Amino acid sequence: MTDMLVMPKPTSATAVATPAPHKVAKLEVKNLDFFYGSTKALKNINLRLASNTVTAFIGPSGCGKSTLLRVLNRMYDLYPGQRAEGEVLVDGANILDPRIDLNLLRARIGMVFQKPTPFPMTIYENIAFGIKLYENLPKSELDGRVEQALRGSALWAEVKDKLDASGLSLSGGQQQRLCIARTMAIQPEVILFDEPCSALDPISTAKVEELIDELKAKYTIAIVTHNMQQAARVSEFTAFMYLGELVEFGDTTRIFTAPEKRQTQDYITGRFG
Amino acid sequence: MNSIYRTRSRTDKLIRALCFAATIFGLVWLGLILFTLLWNGLAGLHLSVFTQMTPPPGSKTGGLANAIVGSILMTAIGVGIGAPLGLFAGTYLAEYGRHEKLSFYVRFINDILLSAPSIVIGLFIYGAVVVPMGGFSAFAGSLALAVIVAPVVVRTTEDMLLLVPNQLREASAALGLPRSLMIRRIAYRAARTGIITGILLATARVAGETAPLLFTALSNQFWNLNLTKTMANLPVTINNFVQSPYEYWRQLAWTGALLITLAVLALNVIARLLDAERKTK
Repeated sequence: MTDMLVMPKPTSATAVATPAPHKVAKLEVKNLDFFYGSTKALKNINLRLASNTVTAFIGPSGCGKSTLLRVLNRMYDLYPGQRAEGEVLVDGANILDPRIDLNLLRARIGMVFQKPTPFPMTIYENIAFGIKLYENLPKSELDGRVEQALRGSALWAEVKDKLDASGLSLSGGQQQRLCIARTMAIQPEVILFDEPCSALDPISTAKVEELIDELKAKYTIAIVTHNMQQAARVSEFTAFMYLGELVEFGDTTRIFTAPEKRQTQDYITGRFG
Repeated sequence: MNSIYRTRSRTDKLIRALCFAATIFGLVWLGLILFTLLWNGLAGLHLSVFTQMTPPPGSKTGGLANAIVGSILMTAIGVGIGAPLGLFAGTYLAEYGRHEKLSFYVRFINDILLSAPSIVIGLFIYGAVVVPMGGFSAFAGSLALAVIVAPVVVRTTEDMLLLVPNQLREASAALGLPRSLMIRRIAYRAARTGIITGILLATARVAGETAPLLFTALSNQFWNLNLTKTMANLPVTINNFVQSPYEYWRQLAWTGALLITLAVLALNVIARLLDAERKTK
């Protein structure tokens, strides 16, 4: 991990993206285009995610925010016909390079999905499974890591007496926190959340949001959300996307109180979307 | 009630009555078959059926021991060869080759194989194995059964793996799981009961197959566990005995038919239970 200090460039005319001049850019997207077959889904995206911050991506359905997220850990590589052009730098190294090891990349850049996706195994195994992929730990240490991950995702108190129960037996909100714990357990550097609360009830949503707030102390976080209140609550930076373009990117407070672009204003005031 | 509603309500009653009648009609014959089988089969069900060899013509003693063991052995080997083949091919179709052109052809050919008459498969093995090897053999019989098992398992494995939600694959990839590990540890585990159910149903299907064995394993009056020789088995024995003029042979044929039916029934019940478990999960 070579944390390269990237000094932000001055904001250019179009939607560019240099909030947080005092922070280190963990991840930088440069001139990114993305294609589903011949359809261009992302158009010349440029932005930076600063270390230890939460960046929210908002925009109407189909605007490309999930697509962008799926570029950041090369999830799109699972499907033929999808390709990205441009650069995505993580600590200065281009992860779109075909020579990059995808499994190692994804271990560094974790992802939490819209629907909770516990594996068909016990709660304990759900966490331990990921750890064992990368580390050979004695049982006692593994137990410790599992507990640490479950505590980290505020799930420990609820599951500590039933670690041998199936991960599928938990409620939706618990399952989602299990998935967050699973992602944290392998100690990534960045965590991508793809609408993590859209399948959850309000109480579970509040728990996950609290968690995201705590997680930024350790991780760089990107979250796609349809819920603008959520974006306002959890993020320091907000990117508004529309029709595959990054329309506006900046301080969350500024985006929500004084957006520069008309489209942004229309969207956050609910005029379309 | 207006007239549109009345007409619809009448039609509903009529269709329901027809469906009910059709069900009863089907069940009556099934019930009669099972009853006849039980009535005639149970009459000859003694311990000697399991301990003695198939009798020579005219004999008043003898059992089906060699045929039962032969059937179990050939079915086991046939499933042992066909099921892994089907499992791997089904895995290819659902996991690795989902977007490949080859999958389209494999699936198409598999569908043809799935509905191929079993006598054709028997004749194929006769030409491909029995003739070159210079004689009928239990091994050829097992191969014929394997050719029937494989496409069934290909289909069920693919179907069951396709039921595994794609999010699970993405979640595995997001943890950095290599695909092979994802398949073995996640997808197989999620689809396990469905895949096992498919293999059990394939086993039940071949346990009663006569035609493929008629041209391959033939039959054998004596005890034989040598796979390169002909081997007794229940379906062909039943086929031979039932056409004979000997009362005792015909009795054994009924009993043999009952045994196969019970075995197939047991496999189906297990498959059903597993399937129910899968659905409640």
